[in-house]
Amino acid sequence: MRLVAENLGGERGGERLFSGLDFAVSAGNALLVTGPNGAGKSTLLRIIAGLLVQAEGAVHLESPPQPYESLVAATHYLGHLNAMKPVLSIDENLRFWQSFNGAGRCSIVEALERVGLADIGHLPFGYLSTGQKRRASIARLLISDRPVWLLDEPTAGLDKASEMQFTGSMQQHLAGGGIIVAATHLPLGLAAKELSLGAAA
Amino acid sequence: MSDAVSKTGRWIDLANPTRFLSLAGAILPWLGGLTALVLAIGFWLSMQAPDDYQQGATVKIMFIHVPFAWLSMMCYTIMTIAALGTLVWRHPLADVSAKAAAPIGAVFTALALITGSLWGKPMWGTWWVWDARLTSVFVLFLMYLGIIALTRAMDDPAKSAKATAILTLVGFINIPIIKFSVDWWNTLHQPASVLRMGGSTIDPSLLWPLLVMAVGFTLLFFTMHIMAMRNEIWRRRVIAMRRVAARSAERRPMTQEGGQ
Amino acid sequence: MGALFIRDIRLGLRAGGGVLIGILFFLAVIAVIPFGVGPDLKLLARIGPAMLWIGALLATLLGLDRLFQADRDDGSLDLLIMAQERHMLALTILVKCLSHWTVSVLPLVIASPLLGLFMNMEPPAIGATTLTLLVGTPAITLIGAVGAAVAVSLPRGGLLVSVIILPLTIPVLIFGVSASYGAVEDPAPFLAPFLILAAITLFFAVLGPLAAAAALKSSTD
Repeated sequence: MRLVAENLGGERGGERLFSGLDFAVSAGNALLVTGPNGAGKSTLLRIIAGLLVQAEGAVHLESPPQPYESLVAATHYLGHLNAMKPVLSIDENLRFWQSFNGAGRCSIVEALERVGLADIGHLPFGYLSTGQKRRASIARLLISDRPVWLLDEPTAGLDKASEMQFTGSMQQHLAGGGIIVAATHLPLGLAAKELSLGAAA
Repeated sequence: MSDAVSKTGRWIDLANPTRFLSLAGAILPWLGGLTALVLAIGFWLSMQAPDDYQQGATVKIMFIHVPFAWLSMMCYTIMTIAALGTLVWRHPLADVSAKAAAPIGAVFTALALITGSLWGKPMWGTWWVWDARLTSVFVLFLMYLGIIALTRAMDDPAKSAKATAILTLVGFINIPIIKFSVDWWNTLHQPASVLRMGGSTIDPSLLWPLLVMAVGFTLLFFTMHIMAMRNEIWRRRVIAMRRVAARSAERRPMTQEGGQ
Repeated sequence: MGALFIRDIRLGLRAGGGVLIGILFFLAVIAVIPFGVGPDLKLLARIGPAMLWIGALLATLLGLDRLFQADRDDGSLDLLIMAQERHMLALTILVKCLSHWTVSVLPLVIASPLLGLFMNMEPPAIGATTLTLLVGTPAITLIGAVGAAVAVSLPRGGLLVSVIILPLTIPVLIFGVSASYGAVEDPAPFLAPFLILAAITLFFAVLGPLAAAAALKSSTD
């Protein structure tokens, strides 16, 4: 399995943010997308996730593992928004995403334990603090199996301890043969290749 | 002087939700028992009451219809006083009282409309007419629903309290309209016969059961109102405790990571 | 898919009285009609089915703009679109429409016999109107899904959705009302317009979600 981008270009609102981007990430590796605000980090991730159409070039997943047929089907996307409903409890939210996206190696209880929310799964999502909301959203990545993780500022709002925990989860994912592409301006504590968008543009 | 002090003292005591809860716990069994007793007597008296020479047995609908209609207006009046309590005196229980009363008032209004319509079908030959009394009560029902929707629409009780109070106060215009609609306009609905200048026009054999039923249903209203207020206070405490639980869970992750 | 249905029903019931507002609007619309046309019971009985249909149509349009907006606001919509190889997007939209209809429109249908009494309608007319509403209102929701999907990325799309959809729902209104009258007025047929109404609903059960899916796919940014 290899995530390959060839001559990739992206634009937002008619403005070309980056072009001629070439990179390849193979199984077990991570790619950190860095750069100043407005360099196109989020745009790149949304193009890989299939939510935006690229201006030029192509991105695809070489020899995707069974049962995934394409890049989008094999991808978890953690955007700025948490994709959780404030009036439903954390459990209800996660149970929905698990049955919608398919079960993974990790049960909801285990996932909540790994993000440190095990005791408050019954609380409505709207009651949580910003960091807790982010952690609940990270638990969503754990409960359904997807080999490719696209993370947009994954540690926004997390404290030091939760960040370290999340690093552990990411390392485990990489050790299991996964791929991570993360847009961030903070070090994630991963041994990873770095793609600096400000310089590439 | 000392009387005034003790009065304010009690007023403040009642304002304390905890004090209210213990008071409600003490009163409710007695109030509930009294309600059941008075309603039982009222039903028995209603069964004994003679049929009307014109209306036959349908006249007995009156024994529940009139108390329901009376309560629909009384409940709104209580909510208006509670609204004043929220806006003027900032009494912490006023908002709870208004919020708890609204669904009860809506149900009594709906029951008044339904029983009135059951009564109207044999008397007037139709379930519903758009005359002043019926229309204004229907508008009252819509206002109850609107107030309920408003209290449910906002998460933060403090924010919704003021908006609800203002809406309730504005809507109070409707209550005198309902009361005097039968006098002001020429309507199909009969004019007031129980409470009027120059004494009641109802025969004592019908008046007594009606009065007992009215007292019984009024007691029922207060029983349910206090229970609903208690529920609302508990509901707010549960919400507050859940927020505290979310905050206190924040300190956990460090220790859990140690265990991993 | 079952999970999505249950989640949307739960959301509809828990999030702040949305159901109540639809019914309240329906009641209010019906309540103002006698003031407009006068309290003539014969006239009310004659225009009753049409008024119930118009009231239900407007009340149905009321909450439609939130159909996808809420999911877009919290990022769920992105994930629903990304899952389209697992769950066909049109099917996802159909399920969302069904749960929206169950929570916000079915109560209107249930309340309509009561409002029929207010309009002094005869029992056959009330039954026919309720039945046509039951069969016809899903079409309004399904057409509305297209409008909601088109307007999802607009910040103030609410009113626009209603304006876009209203002309498209006219056929539903025509056949719904004519079937209701067919049940009470002798020469007019009931079954023919009723079957056409059912056909419209089935037709939009396919076309609506497909068009809405296409609109949603191009809406992401």
